[in-house]
Amino acid sequence: MGWFRKKEKPPEVVVAKEDLWTICPSCKAHVYKDEWDKNFCVCPQCNFHDKITFQERLDILIDPGTFREINEEVTTADPLEFKDDKGSYAEKAESTKAKTNMKEAVVTGRGKIHGIRVVISVMDFRFLGGSLASGTGEKILLASEYALRHAYPYIVVSASGGARMHEGIISLMQMAKTCAGIARLKKGGIPYISILTDPTTGGVSASFATMGDINIAEPKALIGFAGRRVIEETIKQKLPDDFQTAEYVLEHGFIDQIVNRKEMKNFLYKVLRYWKAK
Amino acid sequence: MNLDFEKNMPEIEAKIAELTKQKTTDPNAKVEDQLTDLQKQLESLKKEVYSSLTPWQTVQVARHPNRPLLRDYIAGICGEFIELHGDRYFGDDQGIIGGFATIEDRHVMIIGHQKGKTLEENVKTNFGMATPDGYRKALRLMKLAEKFKIPIVSFIDTPGAYPGADAEARGQAEAIARNLTEMSQIEVPIIVIVTGEGGSGGALGIGVGDVILMLSNSVYSVISPEGCASILWRDGSKAPEAAEALKVTADSLSKLGIIDEIIPEPLGGAHRDYEGTLRVVKQALLKHLNILRRVSERKLVERRFEKYCRIGRFKRR
Repeated sequence: MGWFRKKEKPPEVVVAKEDLWTICPSCKAHVYKDEWDKNFCVCPQCNFHDKITFQERLDILIDPGTFREINEEVTTADPLEFKDDKGSYAEKAESTKAKTNMKEAVVTGRGKIHGIRVVISVMDFRFLGGSLASGTGEKILLASEYALRHAYPYIVVSASGGARMHEGIISLMQMAKTCAGIARLKKGGIPYISILTDPTTGGVSASFATMGDINIAEPKALIGFAGRRVIEETIKQKLPDDFQTAEYVLEHGFIDQIVNRKEMKNFLYKVLRYWKAK
Repeated sequence: MNLDFEKNMPEIEAKIAELTKQKTTDPNAKVEDQLTDLQKQLESLKKEVYSSLTPWQTVQVARHPNRPLLRDYIAGICGEFIELHGDRYFGDDQGIIGGFATIEDRHVMIIGHQKGKTLEENVKTNFGMATPDGYRKALRLMKLAEKFKIPIVSFIDTPGAYPGADAEARGQAEAIARNLTEMSQIEVPIIVIVTGEGGSGGALGIGVGDVILMLSNSVYSVISPEGCASILWRDGSKAPEAAEALKVTADSLSKLGIIDEIIPEPLGGAHRDYEGTLRVVKQALLKHLNILRRVSERKLVERRFEKYCRIGRFKRR
């Protein structure tokens, strides 16, 4: 956090505060960090499900010791040699990789959910906003092909602002590429479960994330296509607070259930048993 | 609408029109030399301006209100057009239209974005920004084409999918995603042609195909240059820089291997020469219809999948 290092702030006070408390991004409640972490980064006051890392997600969903990553070596190139006034995409990508210790915005692999083998892709918002680009699209597609080949159910956990602008049209095309993989699962009779977390918007909501045989969302997650500000400018109206929330898309028929994070694994297991029952 | 980089092109054109009219009303008027001279001037000016458009200038040409729109292409290219309406769920969006059509002796299904030329038309078509109803109508027509075993021709010209509250409520994201998923498996040829603006997911939503063609002054982008500039430059007026960085022109996209063919517009742009533009578009469509006619259904879907699999530049390390 940038303000943390500002000289005028007495370091000892800030350190203490930082160590002890987490402030809920949604309701601003102060929660003991311990309690926050034990609660899977879910606010005990308002049940807002905060963003978590791919590792935390895998720990929650996948049986301990069963996860095997695939295609972990796929990482960003810079196909457009993209530069904006803050610098180049190449530099930005490198610093993101160093900071997150990830190579792309998604981690893919196989693992077990209460003993049931699955293939899973987990997006991580820390990596350039979980954006969809060449490497992301490739990994999500290869994972779906892996699921198809082995006849394992496929699960994708989305957390993304949409397509990555720095790879231009190539990012846009990843929407078609990932959906082509989903279409093959459908044809091959392989279940595909999509979990939409905060946020799932733009090019990710308009591709694989809304195409699940079963779509599940976490409570209060932002889910939508166009940005709120763009819509408000278009229709010249203020939008209600619950617009584009998980609750809103449930009400409009685009997801099957809203499931709390701590119940997600059991929910997946319960659903997958029906696949196994055949 | 005048484009500043076209310099005095519109004035010369107006003068030519005036002299030509003079000539027809008064056959004795001595305007021949002046006309030839002006025409030469115009030709060299067109060449000068249109051979070196910047990406941002190309965006402006691609958006020019006088460019041919889908109904112009249909009227000029198709012997017959039987429009088919409605998505069967909610309504009949006018931002995407479609129907059975013939191009010479070929029977096809045409779908595409429809912008408007007048304010009234633009209110009706939402400036070519389709709602979920439009994408669902397009999918219905594509499925119909599959049943009838006729190829699909998809015309792309949109600023983007309609960003409205009602569009969100009815599932804009789901409608586009569904089309991307289904289009990858449709067992008839799909020819996609970008004629103006290829605006992001709104364009791609009817833009998955076996061959992707672009008119030489059209653009195709993941986000509008203005949108990109306001996010990455934090300044919407930096759109020219963003247009450059995003590589939105047909030329750049061809080099990147995203599109299969550039259809050269008549010199001076499609907005100056409908007849010339319709001719080259028709030729290109017939050529690709004939090539794709020879591919089996199974091969088509297989190749389409491989085509999209190949898109992406990443490293392994």
